[in-house]
Amino acid sequence: MEARSFVLRGVVAGAVAGLVAWVFALLFAEPQVEAAIAYEEGRGEAEEALATAAGAVPAGGAEEEVVSRGVQATIGLGVGMVAIGIALGLLFAVVYTLLHGRVALRPRVLALVVAGAGFLTIYATPFVKYPASPPAVGSDETIGDRTALYLVMVIGSLLFLVAAVAVARLVRGRIGTWNAVLVGGVVYVALSAVLTTVLPGLGELTINAVENGPRVSETPLPLRDASGAILYPGFDADVLYHFRVASFAAQALLWGVLGLAFGALVERRLAKGEVGERTPETSAA
Amino acid sequence: MTTAGAVARAKATAVPASETLPWLISAVLVGLALYYVVGIDQGAVSVLGDTTVLHELVHDARHFLGFPCH
Ligand SMILES: [Zn+2]
Repeated sequence: MEARSFVLRGVVAGAVAGLVAWVFALLFAEPQVEAAIAYEEGRGEAEEALATAAGAVPAGGAEEEVVSRGVQATIGLGVGMVAIGIALGLLFAVVYTLLHGRVALRPRVLALVVAGAGFLTIYATPFVKYPASPPAVGSDETIGDRTALYLVMVIGSLLFLVAAVAVARLVRGRIGTWNAVLVGGVVYVALSAVLTTVLPGLGELTINAVENGPRVSETPLPLRDASGAILYPGFDADVLYHFRVASFAAQALLWGVLGLAFGALVERRLAKGEVGERTPETSAA
Repeated sequence: MTTAGAVARAKATAVPASETLPWLISAVLVGLALYYVVGIDQGAVSVLGDTTVLHELVHDARHFLGFPCH
């Protein structure tokens, strides 16, 4: 097979995975996003009232809506999910092509292994340190730092997996495949643990620490008046929990469908090719 | 298809790196560009101008996919 066939199948499988994840997101993400936006709006009003009571002139100027919520929550969500599916499908196809025929795994198994590696490095490991957050959880002032830190986690995880695989291959001859995979797993977890410990929590970023003292995250605390009485509650822990579980599940679904669909497409293509080349002795289920 | 047969077939169809390079490089570039556009652009940094149309369009996906946003 040529690289072209793998890349094109990566695009198709990625788009299908994105569509499936879109449907999932419509059902499980949007209710949490709506709840988060309602919290954000209510909090904005409470903050404004507090500022006015303190004698400040209200900042005013409601944010202009560039894309309506209705579009964001449906079409926009779909465009984003399918586009990321295609993006990941392309990157997936590159790694798959380099491994195809060079490891003793049949295509559909190799495809699942590569998809699992992608899920682990590009999403799950960064999630441990910087989990997905709904609107209202996250400060505008720290978007630069947060983006940089998130990408450090993604790139770090990818490098750690490469290192883990290299170590596993090195020791495989002596201790066998099973133990070599275990050693590789330990290497990956250990390196990731070091990185997550070294990087700052989002609540520890200077702007946040000055405002609220050092915290793990940026999740909004209750809004209090001068006497310490709560004027507006902190962010709803259940909304945050459900959003994060749904995000994790959607990503697992995305990578799972990508791997399964890609593996099936490649095996079908190989079976067809074989029938064309040498008809006898091949049709054993 | 048996597993042994499928493995053998995969081995027979391994692609030499030289002829695949243009496809692989383009796939990496397009893949990274799409990842960047959906996840990052018009946020912390922006190459697609200082409007926020694209950011706003894919906004919910950006949050849900784990990227930092507001
Ligand atoms: Zn946002």
